[in-house]
Amino acid sequence: MRRVAAALAIVLACALAASAAPPAPAAKAATAPASPRPDSCVTCHLETGDDRLAGPAKAYTDDIHRAKGFGCTACHGGDPNAEGMEAMDPAKGYIGKPAGARIVQVCGRCHADARFMKQYNPSLRVDQVAEYESSVHGRRLRELKDPKVATCASCHAPHGIRPPSDALSTVHPLRVADTCGRCHADAKYMASYKIPTDQRDKYKKSVHWNAMSAKGDLSAPTCNDCHGNHGAAPPGVNWVGNVCGQCHTVMAELFGKSVHAKAFTQMGVPGCAACHDNHDIRPTGDHMVGATGDAVCASCHNPDDAGGKTATTMRGLLDALAGEWDKARGLLEKAEHAGMEVSQPQFELSSAKDALVKARAAIHAFTIEPVKAEVDGGLAIARKAHARGVRALEELRFRRTGLVVSVVIIVALIGGLLLKIRYLERPRAAGTKSS
Amino acid sequence: MPDVRSRVYAWLDERIGLKDIEKLAKKKEIPVHRHSFWYYLGGMTLFLFGIQVITGILLLFYYRPSAEEAYESVQFLMAEVEFGWLIRSVHAWSANLMVLALFVHLFSTFFLKAYRKPRELTWMSGMALMGLTLGFGFTGYLLPWNELAYFATKVGTEITGALPLVGPFALRLLRGGDEVTGATLTRFYGIHVAVLPLLATGLIGAHLFLVQKHGMSVPIGVERAGYDGRRLPFFPNFLLRDAIGWLAALAILGALAAFFPAELGKKADPFAPAPIGIKPEWYFMFMFQTLKYLPAHFGPIEGEVVGILGFKIGGLFLLMIPFLDRRSARGERSRLFSAIGVAILAYMILLTYLGYTMVPTQ
Repeated sequence: MRRVAAALAIVLACALAASAAPPAPAAKAATAPASPRPDSCVTCHLETGDDRLAGPAKAYTDDIHRAKGFGCTACHGGDPNAEGMEAMDPAKGYIGKPAGARIVQVCGRCHADARFMKQYNPSLRVDQVAEYESSVHGRRLRELKDPKVATCASCHAPHGIRPPSDALSTVHPLRVADTCGRCHADAKYMASYKIPTDQRDKYKKSVHWNAMSAKGDLSAPTCNDCHGNHGAAPPGVNWVGNVCGQCHTVMAELFGKSVHAKAFTQMGVPGCAACHDNHDIRPTGDHMVGATGDAVCASCHNPDDAGGKTATTMRGLLDALAGEWDKARGLLEKAEHAGMEVSQPQFELSSAKDALVKARAAIHAFTIEPVKAEVDGGLAIARKAHARGVRALEELRFRRTGLVVSVVIIVALIGGLLLKIRYLERPRAAGTKSS
Repeated sequence: MPDVRSRVYAWLDERIGLKDIEKLAKKKEIPVHRHSFWYYLGGMTLFLFGIQVITGILLLFYYRPSAEEAYESVQFLMAEVEFGWLIRSVHAWSANLMVLALFVHLFSTFFLKAYRKPRELTWMSGMALMGLTLGFGFTGYLLPWNELAYFATKVGTEITGALPLVGPFALRLLRGGDEVTGATLTRFYGIHVAVLPLLATGLIGAHLFLVQKHGMSVPIGVERAGYDGRRLPFFPNFLLRDAIGWLAALAILGALAAFFPAELGKKADPFAPAPIGIKPEWYFMFMFQTLKYLPAHFGPIEGEVVGILGFKIGGLFLLMIPFLDRRSARGERSRLFSAIGVAILAYMILLTYLGYTMVPTQ
């Protein structure tokens, strides 16, 4: 009986040990999970003293793959148990330092395998290789054998790969622009492609970068949000709207139904970017609407054509609501600073601000009616709030006047009392008596 | 016309004894000496209490004591009700002035040693009234159910909860549960508008009776310097002077209400983090600041507990002053107790100053 119990205990211990160790996929037994303990690759590479060889071994200590139990041989092949150069025997699967398409193949061996990846991160996508194949990078690599295009290791620092949520990761939202810019902002490197290299610098002047870096909004778009990451490609002229529309849904929908959507496509003008630019998207403002000055409409329309007149009218509507809102806000603030209770009209005035935001969005329909509908509603609210502000200030004046009148009455009463006391105490020679 | 007046007077006299009251009023006299000014502080406190009662009753017409409606009802009162702002602002400012007047009254009584025999009970009833007034302030502060009041009450009741043995029970009793909720608000409301006014009315009655019975105390220093016995009739001479002070207080209240109306702030949100720099009302500040300076522990006892017990002992000491200060009771100068009074007052002023000038994190 004790023997049976001992045998059961050993089986149970083995089962527990197996469940605790990183699972090794059968199909990748030769290359995937190695022992998490230091292997001969690390030992030798650290001992060389040459940074080119020791560097990867040092950097790998912080790599997500190491944390999951993968050793050097998972990517490079070879035998981690063998010592010296024998460990790098091609007969044992050693592939050396992969380059170009080989990198995609090595990474894709695991990352394109849904069953394998589920063991480590079930939520991680497994279509990166397929996406990469569709990207400009992937196509040039496949079709032109271009050795300069980005592969997995170009963006995901090899030997130091961290999850995108890690602030030190090369693909953390705040670092994506610099990661892409390593190649795309290098004029010399990009010279042969004859494409601009100012995208990163322009992006860093944009409202999106400001939202991300200054306001800490990591959901603000960076390169990969518009171009895709593994499937990176410039958006086509007729689907720029879809890219921007991922976030700016209302504007994209209105634009899609507008006269400009069709006209821009026919003219080969890239939708949203025609007015807002692409990389250096600046904060928008009402000054962009209209047919004169720095209004973007003025670049195609003149004040006398139908489009110009519509733009002028829309600008007038926006200015009217913005002005009325500002006037009411200023008045209520003045009343509030004077100590008046105006929180309710201030709250109501926020609906006028909402209406202004909606009217600005409605501009993208490029017709007057939807803008006017929003502006009319907003104007009514703003005027009501303004009237409440006027009333509050009138009330304030009334209070101050009331105070002056009351003080005058009180002072008169005090004067009367003093006279009364004087009168009472005069006949009694000092008004006191001794007890 | 005079006939009508004398007939009415005679009618009332027959029923309520007007002549006796008149005789009593005429009999009451106030000593006149260089410290007579301090005699007006009691009347001033009573006048401000009267303002509190009147404005408080008017506020009751609109105030709704629930977590859902309290803030909105005060907001409505301030913005929509004719003179609602005035009533609430005067109530709030009058409360502050009343506490100030009460402090000055208490310390002037202390320094003039007016608590000495036979006025021990007058002093003790005054001390009890001071406690009730602080209770009025504490319970009333929460009623608008705004952010500052909510968190100040949370901190204030937490301090009570730190008391040994009875702390947790007292905390739950005050809050009506483990947290400051709508139950706390209704509880504080009940205490503020019913329990405390009832107790205060009784105690004010007793206090006034004792003042009437013993008359105003002449300071020891004045007596020893050879008080000449000059006296002023209470009615109408002293009362008219009182009325001048009251009218001036009324003008100050009106100006404060017009230029600095009571603020409402944001509605309390129990799930929001406490804003930085939560401060209690100014008259609790010295205690609040003291607790901040105390170390976390004194041996096995929590610093906060030591602080609260210290204040309780301090309060008890003040209450028992008439029995501790034997020299004053014998009509002798009592420099030690004067020095203690100066030390207490200086401590309160210094800590209050530090409470308002220190940065919130300290």
